[in-house]
Amino acid sequence: MAVIGGQLKPDLPAKFAGDSNMPGQINVEELEKSLLKPRTIFNQLLIVFVTVLTLTALVPLFSVLWMLLWKGGHNLSLAVFTQLPPSPMEEGGGFGNAILGTFVIVSIASMISIPIGVLTACFLSQSETGSGLASTVRFAAKVLTGFPSILAGVFAYGALVLTMGGYSAIAGGVALSILMLPTIVLTSEEAIRMVPKKMKEAAIGMGATDTQLMWMVLLPTAIPGIMTGVMLALARAAGETAPLLFTALFSNYWLGSSGHIDLRQPTASLAVLIYNFAGAPFDNQTSMAWTAALILVVMVLISNLIGQLFSRRQIN
Amino acid sequence: MDCDGQNGKDVVIDCCINDLHYGSFKAVRDTHIPIKKQKITAFIGPSGCGKSTVLRCLNRMNDIVRGFRFSGHVHFGGRDIYHPSIDAVAVRRHIGMVFQQPNPFAMSIYNNVAFGLRLNRYKGSVAEKVEEALKRAALWNEVSDKLQKSGLSLSGGQQQRLCIARAIATDPKVLLMDEPCSALDPISTRKIEELMLELKTHYTIAIVTHNLQQAQRVADETGFLYVDTSEGGRTGYLVEFGDSKQIFEDPQQQHTKDYIGGAFS
Ligand SMILES: Nc1ncnc2c1ncn2[C@@H]1O[C@H](COP(=O)(O)OP(=O)(O)OP(=O)(O)O)[C@@H](O)[C@H]1O
Ligand SMILES: [Mg+2]
Repeated sequence: MAVIGGQLKPDLPAKFAGDSNMPGQINVEELEKSLLKPRTIFNQLLIVFVTVLTLTALVPLFSVLWMLLWKGGHNLSLAVFTQLPPSPMEEGGGFGNAILGTFVIVSIASMISIPIGVLTACFLSQSETGSGLASTVRFAAKVLTGFPSILAGVFAYGALVLTMGGYSAIAGGVALSILMLPTIVLTSEEAIRMVPKKMKEAAIGMGATDTQLMWMVLLPTAIPGIMTGVMLALARAAGETAPLLFTALFSNYWLGSSGHIDLRQPTASLAVLIYNFAGAPFDNQTSMAWTAALILVVMVLISNLIGQLFSRRQIN
Repeated sequence: MDCDGQNGKDVVIDCCINDLHYGSFKAVRDTHIPIKKQKITAFIGPSGCGKSTVLRCLNRMNDIVRGFRFSGHVHFGGRDIYHPSIDAVAVRRHIGMVFQQPNPFAMSIYNNVAFGLRLNRYKGSVAEKVEEALKRAALWNEVSDKLQKSGLSLSGGQQQRLCIARAIATDPKVLLMDEPCSALDPISTRKIEELMLELKTHYTIAIVTHNLQQAQRVADETGFLYVDTSEGGRTGYLVEFGDSKQIFEDPQQQHTKDYIGGAFS
């Protein structure tokens, strides 16, 4: 090392060699921090500005959460989960049937939209750049993302409620699945495309068929991204009210009776319960609506956490 | 070009490329390389001369490139793998590949090595095979206690040896290696070179390398590819092919002399 040092030194420019008479000398004061320099002041101002705006963005979220806890929290009890909605003048009660109903309707919607959505994404992600069918499907999915949710309800009303002879959990599930589908398709396609090309090449080089490539490499690697999309879609669907008004309607009773569930009858859901009770003139019902909103938010939160846990497990 | 010369029985892959296009770009022409059984064949040449392209032709990896066209033939065990009746997937199961960048899957070390066995619905003991492949790839001692950890958690050199283990777990007849050591430090490089010499007793190996000393150390035969700019494009072609000793010590062509001379003088 000493030899190298000895060789290098003569070649160094004078300013690095510490010759203070040379014009290239470093002015050490320039390096010092000073709050008075315009550059520093501007920088500080911007940091404050950005921080304030970021906090402002959080205000709606936290004020909603606070409001829910404050107005709905005190009503929380086991009865909420086990009892039926109170009638106008009644005290107490709960909305166990609406929780179960939301759960059932969203499950039906997921069972329809997840397989179709993920398989569509598989197709899209493997299609060539110029493929007409793929770009048509992708375009349709993008249009569907902005689809007014009430139209999904009207569609399911015409297609299922009228033909099946009544409001039902199935019709509600179908309406919600239409809303979930585009989000799942687009995010899953993106997630599958994000799998590094070299992993794809590795699998093809091992002699994987297209199907094996998809099942054994692309989908497992893309699972975290796909789960995120599914959770986003689920969260949106669980809170939709309009499409359910046309399809599942509401019910003051449990879904089915004596242990077996009947999906072909009007079904309660949290979203519609909130809609009905929030505007009701009875105190017990309005406070019930707050509690229901709190439960709905917590359900969405929990499903998100489960999704994240699941996707993290996949990576390690 | 004439590829019908008698190649003898010990040629496993007889690669004969007349023209190779990516879209309208002519990437390689007139390249004939016979790859002999249980020998290491090296491809050397300047960047962009088509070494990777030729190597990827040998197990039909180029099929996934859009616009790839090929005239000539690649005989593997006497059959032309580009014949319409041949299944590219089956070809790749016999001719394994190790890439320039280590590319383990985002799954456990064990599952990485077992991947090929699962593709082939291997009936025997997967665990035994995995252990054997990892031992052969000189990786077993480093990972035997963490087989369930992600393959991505290994160092670059370990990842590359993992990829080699993955490739040899299914006992391919031929192993293609595209600059397998370019991302590795000298110690890992040494390990992989030793590994290649060791693997030679079971497999036939074709390797692309920028490291001429490496080619000299491990290769039995060497092909030198060069870029021909005379027709306006940048078309690669085989300048000289032969025994490594002869290519490095007594090259016949001027281009080869210049290239090797530049590196060794
Ligand atoms: N997928 C592709 N599509 C189009 N052209 C390609 C593709 N792959 C390679 N080429 C072109 O083919 C020529 C040969 O490329 P190749 O990758 O075989 O070179 P190489 O000899 O392996 O170079 P290096 O030593 O830098 O890896 C280059 O001109 C390159 O631009
Ligand atoms: Mg290359």
